Amino acid sequence: MDITELTVHELMEKLHNKELTTTKITKAYVDRIKEKEPEVEAFVTSLTDEAQAKAEEIDKKIEAGEVVGELAGIPIGIKDNICTKGIKTTCSSRMLENFVSPYDATVTEKLNNENIISLGKLNMDEFAMGGSTETSYFKKTKNPWNLSKVPGGSSGGSAAAVAANMVPWALGSDTGGSIRQPASFCGVVGLKPTYGLVSRYGLVAFASSLDQIGPITKDVKDSAILLNIIAGHDEKDTTSVDMEKKDYVKALKNDVKGMKIAVPKEFFGEGINNEVKESLEKAIEKYKELGAEVEEISLDIAKYSLATYYIIACAEASSNLGRFDGIRYTYRTSEFKDLKEIYKKSRSEGFGAEVKRRIILGTYVLSSGYYDAYYKKAQQVRTLVTNEFNKAFEKYDVILTPTSPTTAFGIGEKSNNPLEMYLADICTVSVNIAGLPGISIPCGVDSNGMPIGMQLIGNKFCEETILNVAYTFEQATKFRENCKPEFKGGAK
Amino acid sequence: MSRDDYEVVIGLEVHAELSTKTKIFCSCPTKFGAKPNTQTCPICMAMPGTLPVLNEKVVEYAVKAGLATNCTISQDSKNDRKNYFYPDLPKAYQISQYDKPLCEHGYVEIETENGPKKIRILRIHIEEDAGKLNHDDFGGGSLVDLNRAGVPLIETVSEPDMRSTEEAEQYLRKLKSIFEYIEVSDCKMQEGSFRADVNVSVRKRGNSKLGTRTEMKNMNSFRSITRAIDYEVDRQIEVIENGGKVEQETLRWDDVSGKTFSMRDKEDAQDYRYFPEPDLVAIKLSDEYIENVKKSLPELPESRKARYLEEYKLSEKDANIITASKHLSDLFEEATRISGNSKAVNNWIISDISRILNEEEMEPSEIPFTAEELAKMVMLIDKGTISSSIGKKVLEELFENPKDPEEIIKEKGWIQISDEGAIKEIVLKVLEANPQSIADYKGGKDRALGFLVGQAMKETRGKANPQMLNKMFIEELKK
Repeated sequence: MDITELTVHELMEKLHNKELTTTKITKAYVDRIKEKEPEVEAFVTSLTDEAQAKAEEIDKKIEAGEVVGELAGIPIGIKDNICTKGIKTTCSSRMLENFVSPYDATVTEKLNNENIISLGKLNMDEFAMGGSTETSYFKKTKNPWNLSKVPGGSSGGSAAAVAANMVPWALGSDTGGSIRQPASFCGVVGLKPTYGLVSRYGLVAFASSLDQIGPITKDVKDSAILLNIIAGHDEKDTTSVDMEKKDYVKALKNDVKGMKIAVPKEFFGEGINNEVKESLEKAIEKYKELGAEVEEISLDIAKYSLATYYIIACAEASSNLGRFDGIRYTYRTSEFKDLKEIYKKSRSEGFGAEVKRRIILGTYVLSSGYYDAYYKKAQQVRTLVTNEFNKAFEKYDVILTPTSPTTAFGIGEKSNNPLEMYLADICTVSVNIAGLPGISIPCGVDSNGMPIGMQLIGNKFCEETILNVAYTFEQATKFRENCKPEFKGGAK
Repeated sequence: MSRDDYEVVIGLEVHAELSTKTKIFCSCPTKFGAKPNTQTCPICMAMPGTLPVLNEKVVEYAVKAGLATNCTISQDSKNDRKNYFYPDLPKAYQISQYDKPLCEHGYVEIETENGPKKIRILRIHIEEDAGKLNHDDFGGGSLVDLNRAGVPLIETVSEPDMRSTEEAEQYLRKLKSIFEYIEVSDCKMQEGSFRADVNVSVRKRGNSKLGTRTEMKNMNSFRSITRAIDYEVDRQIEVIENGGKVEQETLRWDDVSGKTFSMRDKEDAQDYRYFPEPDLVAIKLSDEYIENVKKSLPELPESRKARYLEEYKLSEKDANIITASKHLSDLFEEATRISGNSKAVNNWIISDISRILNEEEMEPSEIPFTAEELAKMVMLIDKGTISSSIGKKVLEELFENPKDPEEIIKEKGWIQISDEGAIKEIVLKVLEANPQSIADYKGGKDRALGFLVGQAMKETRGKANPQMLNKMFIEELKK
């Protein structure tokens, strides 16, 4: 049995049956990291020694019969923009190369309360800005399916680590597709919850009104399990919604009979790769077979989402990233003659090109004289996009689209063309703009053997619906059993 | 042309630190004077990933301030970010309010030579204070103290309705007094918890267009503010009279030289890039909420003054002085309640207490003794236990070393001599020593009596009961 092949719910079962111990599980992952990390480069900080020590501690507790929780001893990987007390949180930026958070993010606290063991902090695009994890200051993470391809981004480290079996599951964050798109590129499951379902406290902010933390997992059930842990109101985040706790695992009914699925034609038009389109069409046929009602709709306004997204996200980012100023916990330039120079040089040297590009863009759209034409207009369009989605959800349970217009592209292929890189977000950003939940699950591979992702969008706080619709497809198609990453182009 | 040909136009932006126990967006304490960075947490230090949570008390206090200054309270308000870089601003933005302040369109009334005048208030909004830079202690470098970062403020913006330095001072005093009354701020100017940005312009009389204004920021004493306005008015008139143009700029007032200096060059003109704070939800206030805050408002100075005129027959002038400060007013009411002698309490406050406050440059809030102690002193005089001249000494002692006045006079041996036998002894002794005065008195010079009483007081170091002395001297002299 290859332990690292197992899903979390399988691991849980074997832990409870005493077939496995926490120590054994952790050791398997540590070995796997040793083997695959040199090729994949998913970790910014690896905590293999700490994890093994923690695992032994938990095993002792389990032996002593102490209550440690259902998930005690399950390892996890955490995206490096989620604060972890005493451990570096770099956001893959030179700016925070040596930043050690003095506090835990709310989600980190929740993982700790469950005795879930962190295997390390995962690579990402710098400050979550990018769709390929190439903007990381530290390293370029490779796609486990083909090492010459990007893993997607910005949660590329999280998706690649899960796909490469270096962690059983991981936390990512999604501002415009940063969980779903890398999940799609790496053939795993990625869920962006409704805005307000998961506390953002301790997530280093990129765009406050769009950011959400969510799971990246091997299968849908694992996503439901992790969402059960991280969802819920937090007094420290007033944008988190105070509502009754749900059991997302219970929502997995493996049944979509009578479900109404909408397919917006705008998401299948120009720019969408033919193989992606064909794979999605097959998925639609599958849903029909499974008893769902599928109809084509028009979401015309969605075409403005990308522009709207880049204005709002960059505006908020330009303000959120102001605190990285060379004064306190950040990188500081070595030579300066006055305060202005500390600011200018520290920020010029500490931020990468993509981050600077977005700060400049965001500063521009907020500046006096331009605010109305850009930021205010974008907020108005945001309302229209939200309204159009609301209208669709009056009639349909789920909206089905591709997650990304293409499969994973080559490393370096788009890194010099920011606009083309931004276009890769076209299918995912409107979900953030409208604050909706969206999940990406694998639905096939292209002729090069690269995975294709399907996105299922739900109404606000209807994670149960999209999880069930995703789960039913997964159970019917068994993607994981048929396709596995091959580390093409690697040493083996 | 002379100064009289110009009209002065003044507008004020007042920042008052709210006296909530905790900061506006985290639960750190707000106490003044703690060691640097001991009242901080990841939130007010702007650690990456932290989020603000709005302190409800801040909203309540701001609504109180708005209601007490006749403002309309907005039921749909929000926070905005004001972006700029400075080391005392750890987030690189201040959470403030831009286009939807909590309170709008109010006024306060001030007294002028021509009767009462309304000074309109454009808005009152909530925001967070910045930290402080300590430049001096360490050679060359500056250190950041974030204790004050996140202390709640309300900014009250007036319309440019003041036409003289005196009106500006009156307005500030009025606003300060209102905030003290409703207990939203301790308004300690020397600690910076009540400070003003002063906008000044001048225009030729009859001209309806406002002149170009200059702004002086963070002024925190009445003396500096009035001096600075006077100086700035003279300077602007001189510029215009010499054919120049007043530049719109921010100035720094220097107390030592008594001059203003230009602070920023044009190149630095700030664009704050305000936008709605996405980390906080909108502030929605119900009618019921506003009504409840209204009910919780204490009696305001205007109404207290009216009551003092009516109930205690105080003079307009005395009532103004006492009600200008909540502390004095509370002292007056409580000491009157205990002693039952409003007239005496009023006199002590208006004369001796006010004099000592002036001499010591103290705020009424710094009065160290209680209303009960003042009342006891008044009652000791009323009972004849001490004379009013001993009363003055007791009051001084109350400022120095406050405690029960009865204990003070016991300790100091200041109890009045009211024993008839003892008084008679003194009277006879004084008469024996002053035969000339006896002759004068008998010769019709009434003044001689006063001299004799004075001598007797001197003999007893002020402790003899003056009424009894008077009576006894007359009796003896008639013999």
